[in-house]
Amino acid sequence: MTTKYKEVAYYPGCALDGSGHAYNTSTKAIGKSLGLKLKEVKDWNCCGAMEVKNIDPKLQTYLSSRVMSIAANEMGFDTVMAPCNGCYHNLKKAEYDLANDSESADVVERLSEKAGHDTYQAGQIETIHALDWIKDAIGEDGIRERVKNSLKGIKVANYYGCMYTRPRHIFPEKDQGGASESTSQPHFMDDILEAAGAENVDYPLKTACCGGAHTLSDSDTSTKLVLNLLQAAEESGAEVIATECPTCHSGLEMHQIRAETNFGIKTKVKVLYFTQLLGLALGLKPRKLGIHENVSDSMGFIKEKGLA
Amino acid sequence: MPIHEKSLIRPENLHTHEKLEIDGVDVSGHWSTFIQSRAITDYNENLEDEIAALPGGEYIHRCWQCGSCTNSCTVHAVNPDFNPRFWIYLIRLGMEDELLRDKDIIWQCVSCNKCTYSCPRDVAPEGVMKATAHWLELKGHRPKSPSILFDEVFAEQVFETGKIEEGRIIKNFFKRTNQPLMQDWLVEMVKRIIKHLPIKQLVSMGWASIFRPRTRGWAKARDAIKEYAAEKEAEQRRALNLDGVNKTSLPDDERKSA
Repeated sequence: MTTKYKEVAYYPGCALDGSGHAYNTSTKAIGKSLGLKLKEVKDWNCCGAMEVKNIDPKLQTYLSSRVMSIAANEMGFDTVMAPCNGCYHNLKKAEYDLANDSESADVVERLSEKAGHDTYQAGQIETIHALDWIKDAIGEDGIRERVKNSLKGIKVANYYGCMYTRPRHIFPEKDQGGASESTSQPHFMDDILEAAGAENVDYPLKTACCGGAHTLSDSDTSTKLVLNLLQAAEESGAEVIATECPTCHSGLEMHQIRAETNFGIKTKVKVLYFTQLLGLALGLKPRKLGIHENVSDSMGFIKEKGLA
Repeated sequence: MPIHEKSLIRPENLHTHEKLEIDGVDVSGHWSTFIQSRAITDYNENLEDEIAALPGGEYIHRCWQCGSCTNSCTVHAVNPDFNPRFWIYLIRLGMEDELLRDKDIIWQCVSCNKCTYSCPRDVAPEGVMKATAHWLELKGHRPKSPSILFDEVFAEQVFETGKIEEGRIIKNFFKRTNQPLMQDWLVEMVKRIIKHLPIKQLVSMGWASIFRPRTRGWAKARDAIKEYAAEKEAEQRRALNLDGVNKTSLPDDERKSA
């Protein structure tokens, strides 16, 4: 066990206030259970998401930089943790652009001055994902010590999506060999859930796309992509897909239903946030982990497995 | 076995004559299929520069045509006509008419960034797709795509309040794209959510859609963002020569007198 990440700035982002609320609830619950302190970034704003990036990438850089500026300059943190892949990706992207593109830095400086807050300078803060947080602050051994309700016998497909690993250049700490995360074969979630007792299946679509960007604007494409993910998980022998992104998670849940209503194809694999699975292993009650907030109903499955 | 990522021969350019005799030789039937020759004379020499002037398109000139982008593309796997490598090729050559054949699918890029991950030349093809989709709409070659309309609905709310509220985004997006909110699958989803959600939570969800969540002290940031966004929009219009009278687009006689 390390002393790393014991207290970090917490950036939930917009989705965790809405459709991904269960991810927010379960992240906070496991933090509390593991003795890790989360201090929410005050007066945070949207990271810019994919949508503002499409309108103008530098505006997304500014929006993300404002969050990092508050966490670093107003709250004095050196680490900000974002459980949402989109937020995590955007803060990383802003960090990269500010360190490598002077034009982006100029725009951020100008907008920060006009908005009346300190300009974020590259290198002031480290952005981590909830997976880094658990992996580095607690580690596999730490999880094993704390497991009260092993996930033994539960077959899990770990799904990471796009934004956690791509594009490679905004994640300089990945692909560094040793214990570092891999961008082609990410394994942090696998490691965490395996330590909690789960049986990880060999899932070939770990970093495939759920079509989240066009979940409403090109729904048929998204449904096809999600159906592919669901069916591949079932073919891999998984009973549950573990997620670490609110957009992927709600995409899987929404399009699982849409595949049923619009294409007549039913799949039965469950979808749970990795924080929910880990929380169950730590002995937390399903309600404390927001499992009732998920669209798909996993309660029967959880009871059957003796986790509640 | 090689995978044919793109056929250069189009069905409409293939000609088969059921009855044809040339110099007394009967060449009727399928074995004598001809490919109509094509001469391409209309190049838009500014096409690459115009795409490069839009956000995301900056590095298009680096492309070596290796095809890694198309090979890794999520949408290509669903629809083989979706072909980033080919579009980059057309743009760099200035073959606007050819590009316009695919104008209605280019916006379908899902930004999974597999292309940008695998590109050996750092072209950032995902950005090129976004720039091209923007270009098609700015030039009036097609109406705004659902993707752009979604981006606009989303960005407007972020600029205005600092945050988004998903219920409002969904409602506004369906309104702007003239779609009914009561889609079968959405209704089915809401039914399933309500089944196991406690009343307290439903009330707080309703609350959020009535009283928009907003970032405290956002007003100055909002004004700064809006000012910048307006500047960038004007800059793009200038780069694409969309302001005032565009002389090259006038009919010949008007151009002479202009």
